[in-house]
Amino acid sequence: MTNNQLTENGHLRHFLTIEGLKRPLLTEIMDRAEQFSSISHQQVKKVPLLRGKTIVNLFFENSTRTRTTFELAAKRLSADVMNLNISTSATSKGESLLDTLHNLEAMHCDMFVVRHNQSGAAEFIAQHVAPHVSVINAGDGCHAHPTQAMLDMFTIRRHKQHFPDLRVAIIGDILHSRVARSQIQALATLGVGEIRVIGPKTLLPSDCRTLGVHVYHDMEAGLKDVDVIITLRLQHERMEGALLPSAREYFHCYGLTEDKLSIANPDAIVMHPGPINRGVEIASTVADGSQSVILEQVTHGIAVRMAVMSMALGSQSEVETHA
Amino acid sequence: MTTSAEKIDIQSLLQTMANDVHQLLADKNPLIIGIHSGGAWIAEALTDILDPTFFDAPLGTLNIAYYRDDFTRIGMHPQVTPSDLPFSIDDRHLLLVDDVLHSGRTVRAALNEIFDYGRPASVTLAVLIERNGHELPIHADIIGQSISLEANQHIKLTNHTDLQLEITTNGANE
Repeated sequence: MTNNQLTENGHLRHFLTIEGLKRPLLTEIMDRAEQFSSISHQQVKKVPLLRGKTIVNLFFENSTRTRTTFELAAKRLSADVMNLNISTSATSKGESLLDTLHNLEAMHCDMFVVRHNQSGAAEFIAQHVAPHVSVINAGDGCHAHPTQAMLDMFTIRRHKQHFPDLRVAIIGDILHSRVARSQIQALATLGVGEIRVIGPKTLLPSDCRTLGVHVYHDMEAGLKDVDVIITLRLQHERMEGALLPSAREYFHCYGLTEDKLSIANPDAIVMHPGPINRGVEIASTVADGSQSVILEQVTHGIAVRMAVMSMALGSQSEVETHA
Repeated sequence: MTTSAEKIDIQSLLQTMANDVHQLLADKNPLIIGIHSGGAWIAEALTDILDPTFFDAPLGTLNIAYYRDDFTRIGMHPQVTPSDLPFSIDDRHLLLVDDVLHSGRTVRAALNEIFDYGRPASVTLAVLIERNGHELPIHADIIGQSISLEANQHIKLTNHTDLQLEITTNGANE
């Protein structure tokens, strides 16, 4: 089966999910991100690579960090960016999603960056766009958030280099987390030695072990000998939905405190995709502590998104040649 | 088909270029920037010939991959070594070095990139080989050798340590 994210030559055309992508492509994304991060040191933090391209941020769900880093990434590549806040635009007047898309295509847009609360939304859009348009998934339902996963991999590589030697623990609501799903796929593809998930039974998927991860319900056992700790945001609705007794109890059992952090390897790094619930999944002292790389993740998000955008738009020359 | 370019004595061209550089820039405390990759090799060779203190800072390298004008035609460059300018270029006299000046598009891109790092006092262009086929009003100040080639012929440096030129001829329809 061919992967519909790739061109005939195996280059990235859309970026919808980590699933099905091979290690060399993930490595290429990180290598290119590494090259792009040097641009932030220029006096003019901008290169003209995507000059004349139009990128539309189609956000059907709220986001600050992801949307702004996508916007900044596009601007650093000199693309023109439009931010469409869908709740206040055409769909609320009854226009269908596809009609909105076709209108944007008619305006000669080149890329849609899509965030949607429905799993599969980005893929659906990718199936229906014109051949000259690329789609990047900026998070769809509980399914995938591939650029977040790649910026996390990039951050890990900056600190730890060799993936096969690593033990990585992801703590929290794996069941509802598109971030965790994409991270696990990326970590597995990059050959990480051991992937662990830690959380209460109600927040871990039942098929967890088939994903190739080790399951822990206890922080002490789960954090032992770990090199990378990824904490996940606990959504408030999980508590309202009776999956958890209370935020305080969650923090007591699964919140990353300094004591619990000391169980992991002394040079372990602490990550979080944001936004942080201080005192719920992570203690303030840990989030702001010396082992935290949470703000680095944000910075790296720009370079990784520049890499993905330029790779997808760069492959359009192949699509046009074949058209 | 590959034609031999052995007749060109690179070492003596470099010597002549170094003399010209000295003459043009000796009193200007210049900085040197080579265009990746062939231009950086020539720049390195020039710094070896000139007095070690002639340039005010280590060699800078420029990779113009993000400034090319053919992205929409041929997409991303396979591998990009990031540019590295280990100095501030504001108000400085720059020596920009490339191996071959052909269409002038690479130099156009390099100038654009340089100006994203700051505002130099001047830019002097030095090339080992200047060939026919200019497409832009860009000319070198210092030239190792000017040569005339057919439109389907290409000349490039092929080796970093032991600098060598190679002339290749593409298919007749190129």
